[in-house]
Amino acid sequence: MRRVKSAALERKKEVATTLENFGLNLYEQMEKGVFPSIKMPSRSTENIYYSPELRQYILGERRVRRSARNIRHIRPFTQLVWTAYFAHELAKHRKTSTLRDVYYSAQAYEVAFKDQPESNNIITDLETVAGFAREDFNVFPEERSAIFGDLTIEYTVPGYEGRQLNLTSHPDGVMIGPALTSAEFVKTGADKVIAIEKGGLFTRFVEEQVHKKFNALLVLTAGQAPRATRHFIHRLNKELKLPVCILTDGDPWGMHIAMVIISGSANAAHLRDLTTPDAKWSGVWASDIVKYKLPSDPLTNVDVKRLHELQRDPRYKGKLWQRETKKFLKIRKKAEQEAFSRYGLTYIVDEYLPAKLEAFEQS
Amino acid sequence: MVQAFEEISAADFFYRNRDIAGFTNPTRAIFSSMRELVENSLDAADQLGIPSDIYIRLSHDYEAMKVEAEEGNLENEFTGLEPRVYRLRIADNGSGVPARHIPSAFGQVLFGSKYKLKQARGTFGLGGTMALLYGQITTHKPALVESSTGGARRYKYRLMVDIPRNRPIILDRKITLNKEGWRGTIVEFSLEGDYAKAMSRILEYLKQTALVNPYANITFIDPRGRLYKFTRATSKVPSPPKETKPHPYGVDVETIQRLIRITPYRNMVDFMKNHFHRVGEKTAHNFLESAGIGKTINPKRLSQERVVRLVKTMKRFRGFLPPDASCLSPIGEELLETGILKELQPEFVALCQRQPSTYSGHPFIVEVAIAYGGNISRRSDMVLYRFANRIPLLYDEASDVAWKIIKRINWRRYKVTADMAIAILVHICSTKVPYKTVGKEFIADRPEVKREIRNGIREAARQLQHFLTKREHVEKERKRLSTFSKYLPKIAKFSTELSGKEKPPDIRKLLMSVKKYEKS
Repeated sequence: MRRVKSAALERKKEVATTLENFGLNLYEQMEKGVFPSIKMPSRSTENIYYSPELRQYILGERRVRRSARNIRHIRPFTQLVWTAYFAHELAKHRKTSTLRDVYYSAQAYEVAFKDQPESNNIITDLETVAGFAREDFNVFPEERSAIFGDLTIEYTVPGYEGRQLNLTSHPDGVMIGPALTSAEFVKTGADKVIAIEKGGLFTRFVEEQVHKKFNALLVLTAGQAPRATRHFIHRLNKELKLPVCILTDGDPWGMHIAMVIISGSANAAHLRDLTTPDAKWSGVWASDIVKYKLPSDPLTNVDVKRLHELQRDPRYKGKLWQRETKKFLKIRKKAEQEAFSRYGLTYIVDEYLPAKLEAFEQS
Repeated sequence: MVQAFEEISAADFFYRNRDIAGFTNPTRAIFSSMRELVENSLDAADQLGIPSDIYIRLSHDYEAMKVEAEEGNLENEFTGLEPRVYRLRIADNGSGVPARHIPSAFGQVLFGSKYKLKQARGTFGLGGTMALLYGQITTHKPALVESSTGGARRYKYRLMVDIPRNRPIILDRKITLNKEGWRGTIVEFSLEGDYAKAMSRILEYLKQTALVNPYANITFIDPRGRLYKFTRATSKVPSPPKETKPHPYGVDVETIQRLIRITPYRNMVDFMKNHFHRVGEKTAHNFLESAGIGKTINPKRLSQERVVRLVKTMKRFRGFLPPDASCLSPIGEELLETGILKELQPEFVALCQRQPSTYSGHPFIVEVAIAYGGNISRRSDMVLYRFANRIPLLYDEASDVAWKIIKRINWRRYKVTADMAIAILVHICSTKVPYKTVGKEFIADRPEVKREIRNGIREAARQLQHFLTKREHVEKERKRLSTFSKYLPKIAKFSTELSGKEKPPDIRKLLMSVKKYEKS
């Protein structure tokens, strides 16, 4: 069993300093008698590039200037400064908030957003300016996912400081929320992470003691993984040096859920530490559908269109990805994770998973 | 059977055809009576170049009601049914009518002082007498007329009109000493009418009259005892028009015949020079050569054919100078503005007085004003106020040439949108206003007049556009400044909190710089 030191606390400190410097910069500009302005990378689609080195999308060189001098900028500018202030207050008082919460809180300061998308957009601006994800500012979306397995964490949230929890303590898994995201990793007996797209399979794995049999941490992504979860997987991989394998449905959408965990999305091109480039997609592959004779559905037109898009996507350059997209297009079939039930409820754990993990460990 | 032919008098003619003079029904009649007499009063003061004071009282004729009651015709009294008999009294401070003319001026149709060629409100010598005539035929009561020109005496007549003979009948005449030096005219008579229905028109008429005559005091007491007072906003009076001779473009054979009958001149050059507007020695020579009429011929010897040829050539000849406008008396931009501000209370007025122009030898001047915002009511359409020789025109708006012009203008070009409160005022003054009907209610579609009105409206609209643009700009700047004033302090506050500083940065200079920018 390894004992590790988490980067969570240092990271919190770093976030707070960044926000303070942001405010200080504006303050000094105003003291000098000039209108405060900031420069930040442009998030327009022309400025989003794929970096083969980082194996994720990044923003290019283009920068935009936001100035309080500009009548069209001053309102969003004020909202941006307020959001930074609000995030700093959250950090100071060790509170968390949701996107919806931020939207309503603004009204109390007379910097009201006209709607939720406007508010979300300003938060993305702050992410871009500061280089941290909103979860680092303690702002969370309301979607949640879960983790189960032998990992002991130590809370850092107020009221729970120092308290430890082993993540096998609850069979439904522990929600990856603000408290867990900011927790320190204490120790783990696991030697890998298995990320699972669907709740049904996650529950089956817990019931079948997959975490024990295969010495793994089980992460439920519940569809497309939320940023907090992607960051959490990143930490498990980086801090605990655990390899990550991903199990999704056998269709273009499942493929892409795995890909976003691995290489991130264009929408988060301004952010780092959300990706896990060394994670592997272990199935369900198109070739598995053939190999295991899985019950399948025909691909729809939308599926086919999506596959063609993915073939052109720079993230899909790899051998496995090219092979499997071609295969999907060839067999014109797709299969869900639950398809294995055809061979009995435990088949997937008894037969499919060991084979896949063997291949995973060898890769 | 032998058909009986008979001659009828002018009074008889208008008695039989009172529709064409605006006495169609009891509603219209009470409005027209008041209007004709008010206009006479305004003209009478204009003649002297003094500001008018007009007092109008319309009351129930209790004497007539008593008679009806005695006869048992109490219907009207109890049911409140109109029409009823009213007593109308109008007193002014005008020039007064010379004693010997009083009976004819008020008791004879087509007798008047306004047949000369200069601008006046009335021209037919019809209005005043028509009102009295109408009163007489509906109530069979005599009218009272009292007048003084400011001399030692004042004259009071009780008159009726002998309709078949178009002659006044003097029932009574009183002469009193005019110790207080009063000058003016008072007319009082009974007539049948429907005030309830006419009321809104009458009030609108008085309001618009006060608008174009801002130097007039008009007091009106209506039958219900309500007082309407339109107080003058200036004592400045527009310069009175000069009398003028006919312009050659505007004469016909009959006019020439009349001039020949009265002329003292013995040759055609003198005849042309002295009887026509803007004809001098040289023009007379050129014209007569062009017409092929001998310069030395005695006008009285001209043959019928030559008179006709003379008139025809006059219409064709290009050498006449256009008529000048000294016979016209426009309101003027200053007085128009005063009147509009007084009666409409708008936020902004654009004014345009056009240069004098002519149609068929008649000089005319168009004046246009556009009033915007303020107390002007927001209606679905623009409000159009039409005036001719300072008389409000209230009926048949849609037939008026000005209305057609307004409808065809692309108002968006002038930043005018449908939801704006806009009133347009068009005044045309002329020695002969091109009315389309005898009722004098709307202006005919003469190309020359149309062009002037259109250009006038455009000119005023451009001024309005300028105003709207400027205001828009000011409004935008105000918003800009308020945006900066709202957000900049917040940026300062949040940055201060973030950076952990003690006091916020001084942003007054920044806010000042935004203001400075606004002025430049």
